[in-house]
Amino acid sequence: MIKRSRLRPLRTLGHAFIKRIWRLGAGARLFWLTLISSGESFRRLHLTIREVYFTGVMSLIIIVVSAFFVGMVLALQGYNTLQRYGSSEAIGVLVALALVRELGPVVTALLFAGRAGTAITAEIGLMKATEQLSAMEMMAVSPISRVIAPRFWAGVIAMPVLNVLFCMVGILGGYLVAVPLIGVDAGAFWSQMQANVDWRLDILNGVIKSVVFGIACTMIALFEGYDAPPTAEGVSRATTRTVVTSSLVVLGLDFVLTSFMISL
Amino acid sequence: MTQNIVEIDNLSFGYKGRMLHQGINMVFPRGKVVAIMGGSGSGKTTLLRLIGGQIKPTKGEVRVDGQVVHTQTREGIYQLRRKMGMLFQHGALFTDLSVYENVAFPMREHTDFPESMIRDLVLMKLHAVGLRGAHQLKATELSGGMARRVALARAIALDPDIVIYDEPFAGLDPISMGVICDLIRTLNDALGTTSIIVSHDVKETFSIADYVYFVANGTVAAEGTPADLSKSTLPFVHQFVHGEKDGPVPFHYAAGDYKQDLLGYEA
Ligand SMILES: Nc1ncnc2c1ncn2[C@@H]1O[C@H](COP(=O)(O)OP(=O)(O)OP(=O)(O)O)[C@@H](O)[C@H]1O
Ligand SMILES: [Mg+2]
Repeated sequence: MIKRSRLRPLRTLGHAFIKRIWRLGAGARLFWLTLISSGESFRRLHLTIREVYFTGVMSLIIIVVSAFFVGMVLALQGYNTLQRYGSSEAIGVLVALALVRELGPVVTALLFAGRAGTAITAEIGLMKATEQLSAMEMMAVSPISRVIAPRFWAGVIAMPVLNVLFCMVGILGGYLVAVPLIGVDAGAFWSQMQANVDWRLDILNGVIKSVVFGIACTMIALFEGYDAPPTAEGVSRATTRTVVTSSLVVLGLDFVLTSFMISL
Repeated sequence: MTQNIVEIDNLSFGYKGRMLHQGINMVFPRGKVVAIMGGSGSGKTTLLRLIGGQIKPTKGEVRVDGQVVHTQTREGIYQLRRKMGMLFQHGALFTDLSVYENVAFPMREHTDFPESMIRDLVLMKLHAVGLRGAHQLKATELSGGMARRVALARAIALDPDIVIYDEPFAGLDPISMGVICDLIRTLNDALGTTSIIVSHDVKETFSIADYVYFVANGTVAAEGTPADLSKSTLPFVHQFVHGEKDGPVPFHYAAGDYKQDLLGYEA
């Protein structure tokens, strides 16, 4: 007979696995309920717009500042490599492509998860802990259509907008380093960028990515809040989980999406 | 139309195997103020949740307006809840909204009233609880007692048929307590509402209730009009009404032997 203690790690592993699967199912269920309860978010558009304002404004500063630095670093690193091959005018293309295709959507999503995502989780978790969601239920108002869905659509709308902003500010940062600082020709910088960045392949794909990340990050944040144990500790753990899960999911999804987009 | 707007029939319920209610029977006649009293942790709030259909009974049923609550569809439950207003034990105000918007919330969700009408109604309800002057405050800027009064105004915002009050007097000063007592009674008589009050405060509750149920050990231990109960010689009722420490109602949550617990880790 095998000793019970030998089986314990296996049991723990199995338990953790089942719990993951269970949470995935619960998350999918909430996602579905949110989709079918979305009517009100559009009929009473001001509910959603209010949330777009909160999530968007909340992440605005961090997005702009990060984008600026990311753009500048890209230009420095890019120039360093490109000039060895005598093609330093291509710096504009490099900065733009890196931002539009990868860094824009991914970094925006990571920053969004850390800033807006945690705020959403904490807010929903606290609303649950203080019985606000219960009270809403008792007033015959569905918390999913009144609280969850507007925040979901707000996140889905805000993410691509923030992404576009990130790319624009990033390119500006790259320009400031490449042209005034390093001395790359401004005409070459912009014209090469225009000639080599494709609307559909680059820009549209980048925006599609950020819409998918918007759905994932917002839904994770909402689910963690909605599912959090109604205590201070439960809410704080849920907030941490939001960041961890969102980051992993964003990076994983990025690989999947990129592989589809490249082979297209 | 049934004579009793809420009927609880042989209701049993328990959390995680620990039975809380075992065969509770209660009726709440239309237009009356009925109180549910009992010790802390005796399952009063849970009983209210069962009436509101937020949890399902293990056995028995709750009927609201003749309809069994726990077999309703989601839509049906929402239909029933629109007849109810509930004051939560801890207020449960929406913290992202102002006092005004909290009271306006049910109106905005369920009616098409024009803004001017909502404004008049909200200010009337707030005036009734003495907080008209506080309408522009955020819900987070209120004291505990004020929050409960706003929650009360919100619960009665749409003049529901049934108003459920979970501890309406807790945390109120004697003056507000008197005002709220009068308010509950007046609302009840003027609008023909049925009121269900959960409370520990014997004096206030007895002064406004038409009928009182005492719950203990998962069942209705005593019931009657306040006048009857004040004269009751049942040891349980006597203990509760006179606030005595010793008697059939245990002050402690079911636990093992105290001495054993204290000496526990030496053994
Ligand atoms: N969500 C829950 N899960 C598990 N047990 C619960 C839950 N809510 C309440 N209980 C238990 O049910 C019992 C009754 O709780 P309830 O809130 O109904 O009491 P109450 O009569 O309203 O008490 P009080 O007068 O202190 O408000 C308590 O022993 C509590 O531990
Ligand atoms: Mg209670």
